[in-house]
Amino acid sequence: MSSRDAVLGVLRENARASSEDIARQTDSDPETVEAIIDELEAAGVVRGYQAVIDRDQLESQPVRATVELNVTLDRETGYDDIAERIARFPQVKSLYLVSGDFDFMMEVEDESMQEVSAFISDKVAPVPEITQTVTHYVMDSYKEQGIEMGDGDEDDRLSVSP
Amino acid sequence: MKPADRVDAVPPSGIRRFFELAAEMDDVISLGVGEPDFAAPWAARDAAITSLERGRTSYTMNRGRSDLRAAIAERMADRYDLEYDPETELLVTAGASEGIDLAFRALVDPGDTVAVVQPSYVSYVPGVLFAGGEVLPVPTREEEAFKLTSERLAEAGAGDADVLVFCYPNNPTGATMTGDELQEVAAFAREHDLTVLSDEIYAALSYEHEHTSIATLPGMRERTVVFNGFSKAYAMTGLRLGYALAPPEAITAMNRIHQYMMLSAPTTAQHAGLEALSSCDGAVAEMRDQYDRRRNLVLSRFEEMGLDCFRASGAFYAFPSCPWDDAGEFAEALLEETGVAVVPGTAFGDAGEGHLRVSYATGIDDLTEALDRVERFLA
Ligand SMILES: Cc1ncc(COP(=O)(O)O)c(C=O)c1O
Repeated sequence: MSSRDAVLGVLRENARASSEDIARQTDSDPETVEAIIDELEAAGVVRGYQAVIDRDQLESQPVRATVELNVTLDRETGYDDIAERIARFPQVKSLYLVSGDFDFMMEVEDESMQEVSAFISDKVAPVPEITQTVTHYVMDSYKEQGIEMGDGDEDDRLSVSP
Repeated sequence: MKPADRVDAVPPSGIRRFFELAAEMDDVISLGVGEPDFAAPWAARDAAITSLERGRTSYTMNRGRSDLRAAIAERMADRYDLEYDPETELLVTAGASEGIDLAFRALVDPGDTVAVVQPSYVSYVPGVLFAGGEVLPVPTREEEAFKLTSERLAEAGAGDADVLVFCYPNNPTGATMTGDELQEVAAFAREHDLTVLSDEIYAALSYEHEHTSIATLPGMRERTVVFNGFSKAYAMTGLRLGYALAPPEAITAMNRIHQYMMLSAPTTAQHAGLEALSSCDGAVAEMRDQYDRRRNLVLSRFEEMGLDCFRASGAFYAFPSCPWDDAGEFAEALLEETGVAVVPGTAFGDAGEGHLRVSYATGIDDLTEALDRVERFLA
């Protein structure tokens, strides 16, 4: 594994790990790790660091929805043009071009169902190339960014074994 | 009821005592565990559940399901360049443990000498004694990174032994041996006509070079029994699934005992094992990467706190020198004062004297906390 991949490996698991700790885990030194991280950030490989949150434990729970979008393209407008236009809205948390029955899969978040609905009908649906939207409200979350939201399992191994 | 002398003569495992001490305490972080902290990959567990749903709860063929044997043989050929006939040269066992026991019972006559390379996994010496053999310890040294050499073999008098048993990557030291380094061991075995039992259960966990099986070296396949299994690589210890690879005479003899005394390895586990081989390489690689990071962490922290430790390169163990004269006393004091459990090296034979086995099969957060406690204890 290159040291860049090794550093990324630790960061993807715990973005809060200190440079010292990353250095220990990747058999490197803190200065090298910091240089690699600076490089990753400058090159735009690492775009940000976010906490993974169990939303059930928040006082105000924003409403989330996954929205399927169908579009028609013409000579002047490609997928990227449409995507750029939609992605600028702060309500849009992720946007993917996907294969299958629809074109884009979009995740949106807002304070209430009304606001999500209003956003879709006022801002997204009117975009001329968008021919159809199907909105799925998120009802419960079991796993976020690879982390399970359950209580987790006890370590039931014997405390000392051969 | 009076136990048989043969059994009475074998003392209980030295590990047991630490288990009991640790069990009485709260807030213990154990670095004394000899098994993965991961659960088996979900696909393997799912295959086990599906097999149960379908009512696959009967015995299998004595040697193991033929699809599983074929998959194991294929894996050995791909990964380690070992060609074994799944019909006659492969036996699926209830863990590598059963295979090891079968080999001692099937290949060792009363009075035969079995050279056991030490420090060693705890079951070899009792296994030899239960089979009526004589144990000849072959110590390895920290200065040689606990590798086996022809010099150590000669020094211990292993040339006169009948059987040689060893394990690389090693429990408890974390030592590994490259193909080149194994050459002189192979030459010694050929020269002295030794049967070799090679426990390769940690083969998937070699961090600095590819694992080489000694059976791939010239003239070794015909004198070697290789043990491997699913416990460590696939985090499937509780499912009890392993296998032995050897020439037909050895497998036939081992299967003679197995067919009467075990009938077949656990059926549910065999279903899980087949799935593990076909779809869980990614999960194994991920676990391996995690262990490797922890290994680096443990070795760096030991160095920072001035605890001498050779560079362990396999399995999930580090084997630092103990800063006190008596490693048993140290381990006990460490447990009592800090709640960190480690195992004194002598639990793995006299050659483990003055060392501690530290397992890093523990999540990075607990591992960090345990290392912090050790550091404070040493300060
Ligand atoms: C070196 C070694 N061999 C064999 C075993 C037993 O493995 P299994 O679970 O396959 O019986 C272990 C388990 O700790 C081990 O460390």
